[in-house]
Amino acid sequence: MNPSNAQLLQLAIATPLGAALIIACGLPKRFSTKLAAAAFTAPLLIALWLWSQFPAENAHQYAYLSTTYTGLAAFGISLKLGLNGIALPMFLLAAIVGLAAGLYALRSGAERLKLYLVLLLVMHGGLLGVFASVDIFFFYFFHELALIPTFIMVGIWGGRDRNYAAMKLTIYLTAGAMLSLLGLIALYVKSGANSFDLIELKDAVAAQALAGHTQNWIGGLLLLGFGTLVSLWPLHTWAPLGYGAAPSSAAMLHAGVLKKFGLYGLIQIAIPLIPLGLQHWAWKLALLAGIGNVLVVGFVTMAQRDLKQMLGYSSVMHMGYCFLGIAALSTIGTGGVVLLMVAHGLSVALLFLLATSIHHRTHTFDLSEMGGLAQKTPVLAAFFVAATMAGIGLPGFANFWGELTVFVALWKFSHALTAVAVAGVIISAVYGLRAAARVFFGPASEQLQRVTAQHPPADLDWKEKLPALILLAALLLFGFYPKAISQPVDQALNPAPVTLTAPAR
Amino acid sequence: MSTELLKAVAASNEWWALGPEIILACAALGLLVLELVTPKAQHRFIPHAAGMALAVVLAGVALNFGKIWDGEELFGGLIRLSMPGQVARVFFLLSSLLVCFLATVCLPRARVPRVEFYHLLLVVTAALMLLAQSNHFVMFFVALETVTIGFYILVSYYRERASSLEAGLKYLVLGALSSAILLFGIVLLYGAVGRVEAGGVVHTGFEFGTVLTFLRENPGNFLATAGALLVIGGVAFKIGAFPFQIWVPDVYQGAPTPVTAFLAVSSKAAGFAVLLLLVHGAFAPLAGVLVPVLSLLAAATIIFGNLSALTQRNTKRLMGLSGVAHAGYLLIGVVASFTVPWAAGAVWFYLFTYLLASMAVFGVMAYVAGPDDSGEELDHYARLARERPFLGAVLAVGVGSLAGIPPLAGFMGKLLLFVAAFHAQLYGLLAVAVVGVVISIFYYFGWIKAAWFEIWTPPAAGTDSPARPLPAGPKWVGVAALALLTFATVLLGFFQAPLSGWLLPR
Repeated sequence: MNPSNAQLLQLAIATPLGAALIIACGLPKRFSTKLAAAAFTAPLLIALWLWSQFPAENAHQYAYLSTTYTGLAAFGISLKLGLNGIALPMFLLAAIVGLAAGLYALRSGAERLKLYLVLLLVMHGGLLGVFASVDIFFFYFFHELALIPTFIMVGIWGGRDRNYAAMKLTIYLTAGAMLSLLGLIALYVKSGANSFDLIELKDAVAAQALAGHTQNWIGGLLLLGFGTLVSLWPLHTWAPLGYGAAPSSAAMLHAGVLKKFGLYGLIQIAIPLIPLGLQHWAWKLALLAGIGNVLVVGFVTMAQRDLKQMLGYSSVMHMGYCFLGIAALSTIGTGGVVLLMVAHGLSVALLFLLATSIHHRTHTFDLSEMGGLAQKTPVLAAFFVAATMAGIGLPGFANFWGELTVFVALWKFSHALTAVAVAGVIISAVYGLRAAARVFFGPASEQLQRVTAQHPPADLDWKEKLPALILLAALLLFGFYPKAISQPVDQALNPAPVTLTAPAR
Repeated sequence: MSTELLKAVAASNEWWALGPEIILACAALGLLVLELVTPKAQHRFIPHAAGMALAVVLAGVALNFGKIWDGEELFGGLIRLSMPGQVARVFFLLSSLLVCFLATVCLPRARVPRVEFYHLLLVVTAALMLLAQSNHFVMFFVALETVTIGFYILVSYYRERASSLEAGLKYLVLGALSSAILLFGIVLLYGAVGRVEAGGVVHTGFEFGTVLTFLRENPGNFLATAGALLVIGGVAFKIGAFPFQIWVPDVYQGAPTPVTAFLAVSSKAAGFAVLLLLVHGAFAPLAGVLVPVLSLLAAATIIFGNLSALTQRNTKRLMGLSGVAHAGYLLIGVVASFTVPWAAGAVWFYLFTYLLASMAVFGVMAYVAGPDDSGEELDHYARLARERPFLGAVLAVGVGSLAGIPPLAGFMGKLLLFVAAFHAQLYGLLAVAVVGVVISIFYYFGWIKAAWFEIWTPPAAGTDSPARPLPAGPKWVGVAALALLTFATVLLGFFQAPLSGWLLPR
């Protein structure tokens, strides 16, 4: 591979982290915002360049590989970076959402803005690192690097119940991370590779697969740990609470990108290394995800009155589709999950962004206290309706292809669960459209009239429009041209060139 | 003693090999002389002299790190040089240097004599270094008692303060008990082994090597096994392992902050140095008994430490009880080292990360504490991050590292211990450790929360809780020391080469 591209990949991760360090060391505020803006933008430019240069013909291998030794080479730990066909779309997602969240944070005028930017930059660097890591130790390490700032941001800039939310988030997610770490260490020890390098682990497993019962308990550990991190029912209760309290940029990055860590880990690590273990748990996982995440949480979402809590629950619900796609254990299902992860990441980030913009105008998240905002802020209304449509999975948005592929894969796995999943689409249409209607149409409540009389709501300004536009453009791009994602994913999953679901155009 | 023998001793390099300890002991005496001969106005330089002595010896040991003959026995087998011994020397010197720094922050606030503190600090450091290299139970006991007696005085150093005196008394009573247990164990071993004559040289049951040979030949000997277990019990007191941890919270709370740090870091590390020395040396044949006993101790220590730390509001008690939990994690490493040789290196790695993080936290505690440092509560940290952002950042990194949160050094320490435990197939202990780590997140996070998150507190009612003054900001030495500790803690989180090179297999 071209060595300069490998260095570019390193640079993409180092830029936000380095900028965070410089700002933390006491850069004046006006330079800090400029530096932060540059550091949020650079990774996206690099990601787009790497995407355009990606060698399509052998996407199952890693491109842009580079290895840095950190002193634990004897334990098979080294900072090994690279991208394969599954990692590439996720890396791109992290770069897009990171830029949008960063731009939105820059205009937010938050108190202690410099600290906010530092934490957000660390989180961004960690997210990029997660998807660029070939070494599963650093894969975990970068995840934690991104997770810690989330806790602090919720605790300092959070909304209602922020202390309780921050504590609950910390304990749930640390417990989940510890369990998945144990699973990863178990893989390291049991595979006999004596290395955390995913490529070497795959080779070791290809030479001699792990015993069935070993795969089962490692699979259980990983599913429990990753499941907590991805809010698998009934371990999801941290998510709505945390997202309800989190400041918008943190919620965008966490719900949009960081939460996908667990799913990505299952696809990138568990499926190739412990396929039998996953098969052992597939039905239990599918039932939890289908009944719990999609149906139960779906109904709970319908009952929400708080816009941000509703978005939190809806993201829990959509994770159910991803788990169902993984439980189907087929190439189509897995490919669909990657598509869905990217699409959901973009749409949920857009929704969290718009929810905060709505809050700036109505000074409330309570759906029953809103109404009629569309007359005063038509552009905001248009964005919100588009994002809601994307969330429901309307054709034209990337979500449609993801959900469709997952349903196709699920049909082979279980007809009944497919029916449940399709019912979930109706549920999400009900709550999504009802929320849009409550916020933007119908008569304004008395409460709202009083607020808008004091502060007449202005429509979206350019500083809000720009991040929203970036996210919406990406959603539409992947909606009309899903091949951009599905092709590398397809080839990463199938070393032999077989066309996947063929949702091209 | 004949002159020939004296000449032979003088000509050998045995004294050179003990240079660091001898220099420290001489420097300790030198401090007292300095106090006598210099005018009183110059006495404030004496702490710096002590720090200089420690720094010079530390540099000397570090530069000559590999220049020993691993396994060389000195003074007729009293002392045995080894690589773990060298690591321990570096550890104790570094720790004492930082304690010296903490003392220059804390002691001026109290009306106490200063010079004796540094004198005792140097003596105890030398004794700690000897302890980690001892090869003979008499040497072992004398070094351990020198350490313990030094601590009796240091703990009650604020002699006008009831809490400090109370802590000193508790440490004295329970310390004496543990010394008695230890001594009884040594005597039992001596009695069981007796005197062995081999090749015209008489060996006694005091020598580690003789005990090892005896235990290897008589694996089921009840007296010797009981003696070994009693010795381990005495060492467990130093570590603060269950059920010998009762003294920890009270003594940590009452002792002056530098002494608390000294106890938490050096005293605990000394326990582990000795434990590793014994279980892989003299008591190696007893692995069948020691593994279950130590496993039980580890599990109980982790559970007790974490559960009892959960409800603490006093920062020193919190550090003490969470330190008990750390001792439990380290004991897992000791258990694992029976089957995974590099686990001993992982224990030392963990101890170094613990040193860096603990000293950073104690440094912040020293600045936040008012004149009475035994009553420091979590509430006193409110608004610290806003008013003293530097101290807030150091605290967050230190506490985060203690909690084992990546990307900080403490996480790497825990990871290496967990990997070792996995290799040794200690799944039960691992489960306990993971539960313990998750519990510990609650109280460590509570501390960071107190310093960083703005929590609305009701305005103080009445005059019983007057507004606390702003903590004094550190001067440049303090800034440099804390910044270095923080930097090292962050760096070791992702670049372990500086430590792994000489602690772990390459």
